[in-house]
Amino acid sequence: MYNTYLKTVDSEWFRQRLSGAAIFVLAVFLILMARLYYLQVVKGAEFRRLSQNNCVRLQSIAPARGLIFDRNSYLMVDNRPSFNVSIVLEDAKNPEKVLSKLAAILGVDRQDLLAKLDVGKRWPSFKPILLRRDLDRDAIAVVESHKLDLPGILITVEPIRHYVEGKRASHLIGYLGEISEDELDSGDFPGNRGGDFIGQFGIEKSYESYFRGKPGKRQVQVDALGQVKRVLKTEPAEAGKNVYLTLDIGLQRKTEEMFAEKVGAAVAMDPSNGHILAMVSSPAFNPNAFVEGMSFEAWNELVADKFHPMGNKAIQGQYPPGSIYKIVTAMAGLVEEGVIDEDTQYYCPGYYRYGNRTYRCWRRGGHGSVEITKAIAQSCDVFFFQVGEELGVDRLARYARACGLGNPTGIELDNEASGLVPTSAWKLRKIGVPWQGGETLSVAIGQGFNLVTPMQMVSLTAALANGGMRYKPLLVKRIEDIYGKVQFIEPEPLGKLPVSDDILRLLEGALVAVINTRRGTGRIARIEGIEVAGKTGTAQVIAIKEDHDEVPVDEVPYRFRDHAWFVAFAPVSAPKIAVSVLVEHGGHGGSTAGPIAREMIKEYLGI
Amino acid sequence: MFDRRLIQHFDWVLLGLTLVLAGIGILTLYSAVNASAALGRPTGPPVYLKQLYSFGVATIAMVVMFLFNYKLLHRWGGVIYGFSIALLLAVLLAGKEVSGSQRWLMLGPLSFQPSEIAKITVAIVLARYFSDHMSQEGFGLRNLWKPLFWCLFPFLLIARQPDLGTGLVILLIAASMTLFVKVERRAMICLTGAGVFMCSVAWFFLKEYQKQRIAIFVDPGKDPLGAGYHIIQSKIAVGSGMFWGKGFLEGTQNALSFLPEQHTDFIFSVLAEEWGFLGSAVFVGFYVATIVWGLSIAMRSKEPFGTVLAVGITSMLFWQAVINVGMALGLLPVVGVPLPLISYGGSSLLVTSIGIGILMNISMRRFMFKS
Repeated sequence: MYNTYLKTVDSEWFRQRLSGAAIFVLAVFLILMARLYYLQVVKGAEFRRLSQNNCVRLQSIAPARGLIFDRNSYLMVDNRPSFNVSIVLEDAKNPEKVLSKLAAILGVDRQDLLAKLDVGKRWPSFKPILLRRDLDRDAIAVVESHKLDLPGILITVEPIRHYVEGKRASHLIGYLGEISEDELDSGDFPGNRGGDFIGQFGIEKSYESYFRGKPGKRQVQVDALGQVKRVLKTEPAEAGKNVYLTLDIGLQRKTEEMFAEKVGAAVAMDPSNGHILAMVSSPAFNPNAFVEGMSFEAWNELVADKFHPMGNKAIQGQYPPGSIYKIVTAMAGLVEEGVIDEDTQYYCPGYYRYGNRTYRCWRRGGHGSVEITKAIAQSCDVFFFQVGEELGVDRLARYARACGLGNPTGIELDNEASGLVPTSAWKLRKIGVPWQGGETLSVAIGQGFNLVTPMQMVSLTAALANGGMRYKPLLVKRIEDIYGKVQFIEPEPLGKLPVSDDILRLLEGALVAVINTRRGTGRIARIEGIEVAGKTGTAQVIAIKEDHDEVPVDEVPYRFRDHAWFVAFAPVSAPKIAVSVLVEHGGHGGSTAGPIAREMIKEYLGI
Repeated sequence: MFDRRLIQHFDWVLLGLTLVLAGIGILTLYSAVNASAALGRPTGPPVYLKQLYSFGVATIAMVVMFLFNYKLLHRWGGVIYGFSIALLLAVLLAGKEVSGSQRWLMLGPLSFQPSEIAKITVAIVLARYFSDHMSQEGFGLRNLWKPLFWCLFPFLLIARQPDLGTGLVILLIAASMTLFVKVERRAMICLTGAGVFMCSVAWFFLKEYQKQRIAIFVDPGKDPLGAGYHIIQSKIAVGSGMFWGKGFLEGTQNALSFLPEQHTDFIFSVLAEEWGFLGSAVFVGFYVATIVWGLSIAMRSKEPFGTVLAVGITSMLFWQAVINVGMALGLLPVVGVPLPLISYGGSSLLVTSIGIGILMNISMRRFMFKS
């Protein structure tokens, strides 16, 4: 039937159908016009009045932010009500006058209040402009009693963050801050508006999307003074999700107490799953100060503090690992063919000659004949100088990397440092000078270019404890929404240590010897009735000297004193906790960091 | 080679009407966004500037669309249709999701909605089929299954995104074209019956928010905060314009309520509030004139493909305008259908311009097929 239209369809037929279509179109638009007439002319005055009064307003209800608990459901971060004072320009009629009055009542600077008006200039006149946050009850009572003299002034109650334990675990928990223009423009916060508080640091920032919740809406009828007369309808806000940390508040508290007068960091981890049981960076800051509004001076003071309270030393502090690194050197030496085995003996006369230089052992008198277990237990430098010399820096670096050094551990906090694992290629690229053989000796005992974070050290210690598996450090155990739906965070294995089980057992025995033999450098961390394994470390702050004289710690100026390291895990038969402790300028690892590690283990195991 | 008569027959009326509507669109958008900028924070370049750039692109598309002989659309109809289906599949597989529906295809910094293109291509492929098979008795069921498939397939793809408004417009375009070319009484009854049945089945497949919108349309008071809030506020905005309107940039109601849809779905409310009944009536008048002019182009075309295609494109403009305005006036449920040439949105503007370009094409080549 192709092309039959030429015979059967003529233009008269089309004309008829098109006229029909035109009539249909006109009829439909006539209905629209009639409706328009009805709304604008018949009912127009009524709608005009509704729009002029603007008597119905949509208010936003801030959602309650998700709470933070420790691993045993101890409440660490709460919300409390904050009484805020705002002004609605449309109702204020004469805002300058109203603000002058309010300034007098509250006893604050009038200019401060007037400055807030600029912020709200871009907003429509019915949107409240926040003047003062978190007023105390007395101030609120006074404002309330002057309500009639203060048209357009609005008192609202909004939840504000409350860090129950103040400074406790502040680097882990973080704090909230007002959202910035840049953050608003970034498009990452579609649900937020200017004036909102969002996580700016720590868990508060990393888990922002869980904490946030969904704002609710309230439709209200207001009178000519802007006071709410009637709530027409409320759609409640949906609270954010509650986060249960892996943290143990008791252990955290104990660790912080131990750090009361010290600068440094400590981390405790559950070796079986990577849960962070405690994370301390000292000194700390008080997150409540951020939420309540910090003065410019207070902020400057915090930032300029020479002990850097705002930095999280557990993940951002990069220190030479000192003798703890001998674990890595031993591992490489034992695994690599033909370097050392468990019976290899070296003689330590208290020094080692390399080229035309002399490298000293920390024990001037020497250790005599040393094999691997004794070398670790008594931290013999000469033994590891020779292992390092055999290995070479690049082979050593491969093992360090396989132990997770030189890379961030992946913990869910901002700005984690990666540390540094030096190689000959690295030095040539960075410094432009070829690698010197002697430098390998320094690296082998952890005193060269190498840098590690306390987090990397605890991660390595935990892997040694659990049979060789490295886990990503976890801060959050589970997340619960308001309906009680629970999301568990699963452990994340990152990889095995590059050693066989036999070598691991040998190393473990050596670490036990550190604590439990008569000459072990870590005897101070011994606990009656529990077998502890560990390693001390002393990280030199000024470059290693080939021939330095021993000076008592107290006589060295603070900033030149060595950093003290200690890593440990316990109980050796079934490890429940691994710790790493770093005390900045703490002198010898055993004496300052060791007791902290011991007390942490005792606290967690309940001894 | 270029026929001088093409210029003689150039459709100045359609061009004039288009420019007037586009001008009104930019002014209204400027006002709507002016108010919304006051509500929140500015994000990127102002919306009306973006729309101006889109107008540039759309103008080029319009010119391109009337340069070649539209009969080429008949020849290439199948390819064009296949291409737009491919785009719809691509959007389902790799589209960008914006607030719950996956409608956008990203091409570098540009993004567009293939569902908009589908409106035109369905019209082209149906016009080709109907004009080839037309008879005075009308179409029976046995020759309607093909066009039925051609419009249902893209409809389902679009409904899946989900973008019910656009899907609906495609069905309405197809239905208008089919009714225009005449359908046998028996086929008519069957199709209507099937349609009613499908609608009742479809109800169970609607997303919760879509059901809600329809329920709220029936009773806006049910949800004065959600979709009902839009309807109520839109009615207040329109009504408060009264006879003379509040004046350009003087609208107060639009600042209150319609974010984020005031520059897309509820643009007519802004216009009606500021220009009143008088301005709205003039605006609607321009719209009616454009659509009636589209029908007259269909009538003056001397060959069936041009006629049916012109009807299809005109019906596209008609249904979108009616649904959008009807929604703003609280006559129809809230479905996201743009007001052609007025609402913010590059894809809609581009496709509207392509449609108008094709109408101009048909109009200026009418002399070529003198019978």
